[in-house]
Amino acid sequence: MAATLVVALAIPVIQSAPANAKRDFSKVTSAGQAGGLAGLERECRKEGQLNTIALPHYWADYKAMLDGFRAKYGVKIDEQDPEASSQQEIDAAVTNKGTKRSPDVFDLGLAVAVKYLNTGTYAPYKVRTWNNLIGAKTVDPTYQITPNYSGTMTIGYNGELGTINKLEDLLEPRFKGKVALNGDPLGSSTGMNGIYMINKALGGTFDDVSKGVAFFKKLKDIGNFINVNPTASTIASGQTPVVIDNGYVQAGVVKQFAAAGKVWKMYTPASVGSTYNSAVSAWAPHPACARLWMEYTLSEEGANIWAGGGATPTLWVHMVKTKRASTAGIASIGKSKVSAEAATGAQTAAARAYLKTAWPAAVGVN
Amino acid sequence: MAYLGVLPFLAFTGLFLLYPTWSVISGAFEDNYGVRSTAMLREIFYSPIARTAFGNSLELSLKTAVVGAVIGALFAWTLATGKPGGSFYKVSVALSSALAQFGGVMLVFAFLATFGFNGLVLTLATKYLPSSFLADASWLYSMNGLAVLYTFFQIPLMVLVFLPTLENLKPQWREASDALGGKAFEYWLRIGIPVLTPSFLGAALLLFVNSFSAYATANILINLGDYLTPLQIAIALTSETGGSNPAEAKTLSFYMVVVVVIAMSAYALLRKKVSKWEQQR
Repeated sequence: MAATLVVALAIPVIQSAPANAKRDFSKVTSAGQAGGLAGLERECRKEGQLNTIALPHYWADYKAMLDGFRAKYGVKIDEQDPEASSQQEIDAAVTNKGTKRSPDVFDLGLAVAVKYLNTGTYAPYKVRTWNNLIGAKTVDPTYQITPNYSGTMTIGYNGELGTINKLEDLLEPRFKGKVALNGDPLGSSTGMNGIYMINKALGGTFDDVSKGVAFFKKLKDIGNFINVNPTASTIASGQTPVVIDNGYVQAGVVKQFAAAGKVWKMYTPASVGSTYNSAVSAWAPHPACARLWMEYTLSEEGANIWAGGGATPTLWVHMVKTKRASTAGIASIGKSKVSAEAATGAQTAAARAYLKTAWPAAVGVN
Repeated sequence: MAYLGVLPFLAFTGLFLLYPTWSVISGAFEDNYGVRSTAMLREIFYSPIARTAFGNSLELSLKTAVVGAVIGALFAWTLATGKPGGSFYKVSVALSSALAQFGGVMLVFAFLATFGFNGLVLTLATKYLPSSFLADASWLYSMNGLAVLYTFFQIPLMVLVFLPTLENLKPQWREASDALGGKAFEYWLRIGIPVLTPSFLGAALLLFVNSFSAYATANILINLGDYLTPLQIAIALTSETGGSNPAEAKTLSFYMVVVVVIAMSAYALLRKKVSKWEQQR
């Protein structure tokens, strides 16, 4: 890997000499090497397509992000398997390696993103805003993966149920059979973060989630917690009226409910987040579009879209500081948000091992 | 040349059935780096969590196969003895074809909206019959609830599979039995039931395999990755929290394949018996 990196870093020197030489866009590690954004755009329009995977439209308003990219650059986007997990994104790229179907870009949870660092899975690419992104240097100084946006976990609930002022309110009879967690912690990072949030609100730490588990057990024992995996339809129809989920998914539900003349509220007992990371696939069939997508989602324009969707862009702190954040974005996620505290990969691995037996014991069914 | 027509079929089953099965079986004897190893096979075999899930899967499949087969057979019998081309017959068969495929998210949604904690029945029952069992929805969120949901697609499948057999019961056999002085119970004891048993058991096995491999319904209703083996396989393939382990997924699948092979071999043996008398009629 060190060798590849040296080659990658050496490229600008080689390519700066003949200005019109044919560029290999799959080796380009910054817009500067690609003839600027304009160079990337020209080549991307020639490629004509971007392959994405695992980008649900309701997720942090990915719909607006995809539509925006399409409109701005006039390329087709092949959106594959919107509901896939981070692991499946990597698997799809490996399986379809060398074909036109292989995904160009990834959107990965931290655990999976870090797992594939230095394995030749990612093509390093440094976006123009890189120096201003919170956490970019600490997550990966070699910019194979770039932290893009983060979400804060929250408890979303139907306004007809009244108001939740403190966590213990969930134990009241009005929530009987109503509280659901999005995903199982063994498989879903959202499910895991939900437990972290409750745990933190009760004074627990990322190293010991037993307090959170005990609370879920209490919820289950009195019949308020249900094991249903909430979906858009169970939420819309009121079958899962209280959902522990990512804030940027719940922000979409709020809009949806408002459009139907109903109220969906959010209560966040403790700030726990997780950052999603963007990366270019080493086997991207459309290398210029892949890099342009990185530039777009990590630009100020992209950041304002994230903010509108309830996610906090890693560029936000910088934008707020330099007074370049949009008013709509500030109205949506506020000014002062820095990335919420998140668990490390090792903490999650330990929590998972503990939950393997403790979670079914607490909320299991018979 | 006569075999040419069967080539597309062979290619299809080869590509989408035999090759995946082979990849699962060979994968079960390898670790995550492609090295031959039986470590995972042993690890899973002795893992209490995997055993519990497998037990749950077997129990659920067994329950829903038995209930589905009995109710489905009775229903098929009403259809077979009714007016063959009648509208009830036609509607029932059409409905069965549709409902046998009704599973996953939509099925769970339908049951939650009807019988769930926030569903129609509970809302009405709490208002008008607060002390009845209808006013408590907790049964739906359990193994029994899942079994009811599975039975919902098992019964119509049984009707479809078992109806042809019942229609093959010749009225002449009954007449012959009657003419020789046989009573109704004797007809059933000596002719009806013996003739139907292999078919019935075969269909029940099919139902067993059908729910043994079902995934989507359980995934929504029971949000616990270790509850059933198909859910465990999904977690091992897709976990975002560090549980991704393809070798484990293949090994779990391998054990499922073993169960299915046993069930389908038994099914093939039973079919042999069935075709014997079907040829003789």
